[in-house]
Amino acid sequence: MTAPKRAIIDSASRPRLAPSTMLREDKARGGWIILAPERVFTPDAVAVEVLHLCDGVRNCAEIAQRLAATYEAETDVILADIVPLLQDLADKGVIAA
Amino acid sequence: MTSAPAPVSDTSARLAPPVGLLAELTHRCPLQCPYCSNPLELERAKDELPTDVWQRVFQDAADLGVLQLHLSGGEPAVRTDLEALVAHGAGAGLYTNLITSGVTLNESRLHALRDAGLAHVQISLQDVDAANADRLAHYEGAHAKKLRLAEAVRKTGLALTLNAPIHRHNVMRTADFIDLAVAAGARRLEIAHVQYYGWALANRAALMPTRAQMDESIAIVEEARVRLKGILTIDLVVPDYYAIRPKPCMGGWGRGLITITPSGKAMPCHAAATIPGLLFDNVRDRPLAEIWTSSAAFAQFRGTDWMLEPCRSCDLRERDWGGCRCQALAFTGDARNADPACAKSGWHAAFTAAAAAEASAEPPPFRFRRMAAP
Ligand code: SF4
Ligand code: SF4
Repeated sequence: MTAPKRAIIDSASRPRLAPSTMLREDKARGGWIILAPERVFTPDAVAVEVLHLCDGVRNCAEIAQRLAATYEAETDVILADIVPLLQDLADKGVIAA
Repeated sequence: MTSAPAPVSDTSARLAPPVGLLAELTHRCPLQCPYCSNPLELERAKDELPTDVWQRVFQDAADLGVLQLHLSGGEPAVRTDLEALVAHGAGAGLYTNLITSGVTLNESRLHALRDAGLAHVQISLQDVDAANADRLAHYEGAHAKKLRLAEAVRKTGLALTLNAPIHRHNVMRTADFIDLAVAAGARRLEIAHVQYYGWALANRAALMPTRAQMDESIAIVEEARVRLKGILTIDLVVPDYYAIRPKPCMGGWGRGLITITPSGKAMPCHAAATIPGLLFDNVRDRPLAEIWTSSAAFAQFRGTDWMLEPCRSCDLRERDWGGCRCQALAFTGDARNADPACAKSGWHAAFTAAAAAEASAEPPPFRFRRMAAP
């Protein structure tokens, strides 16, 4: 087996939810949650929207374009926001890329 | 909760739902770890809840707002209905987690569990050194079986956590545990210094590391966390015998977790049965939602009203909730006292000294975890 490596997120990465991670609505408390081994994360509204676009097919640049169209904002500005967000989630094991 | 200024007639209306359900499916286990957190009086197979009661409890838990289901024991895989239980928990929307010793599960059952909706597998290891691991588990070949199961878990694509209970017989191999976890493809490792309840408390003198050993293990974990960022998450649990502030045991009594014993007793913490006089409800007799809001055992130490000094007037009382009730009872004779792990407790010096004295003496022989003769 080759040594595992840290996933580095850039505009070409195609993020998806990591295996054994679940994104779902929390009916009892309201809002969305990420369920992971021994962890419950409560992503903010922006993170939830980004995660819904992480299907393993779209890359980060395409995700940023989609969001840019919705929010009438600059794609580059959005990309600069979502790459660190996704890097953080990758480091927590929530997404794979 | 109860110290909030606004008058509330119905505290249950303000009580947040529990996050986790720990289902101790059975106390049967092929291993005999001397640090097991199960009670000394293990529950017997004939008293275990049947499949349909567990299934109802899982559905009730999901309806109540529980997010994570931990299937534990004993060894949960000795239950032949484990697949049906996993399917029901996952079907109810619970994040279903299997906590196993790894010696009874084979690959085909693992596949069935994955297909039933299992999300995550946690395998406990006794040591990195196979001979010492088997000696601790009192089971020949246990370690090799665990490593085979870890490999099988990785191949199924399920998330794998390795759990390493740390004590004086393996603390010097903390770095090796970390290397092993990376090599096994685990995404998460628990370096969990033994917590002294149940069998572990009975074996405390045989298990307690020195403070220097604990400090070194912490330094190793801190270095590895930086080095292995994005590769391995390491959760560290330290022994509170060398702490100055207690842990917020269970995140606070009756605040986030429900433990159900094999026979169906609902408890705020898996060691709660050691506290005399607590009245536990059984899930056979009472719906889980009602147990959460109204069971006497849950209400007893919920919030801060029950506290004595020094907790009662302490600014941290809603941060650590006074620490562990079971440890307070075991060491001070009154479960309402501050956890002796707290430096503000009058028992703290004796508590720390006991650990230091035991850790520097020759370890006594283990008292292995066994069912008493019937
Ligand atoms: S700690 Fe050891 S003896 Fe106790 S349940 Fe786990 S594997 Fe079995
Ligand atoms: S006195 Fe009580 S509440 Fe304050 S830190 Fe110690 S255990 Fe916690």
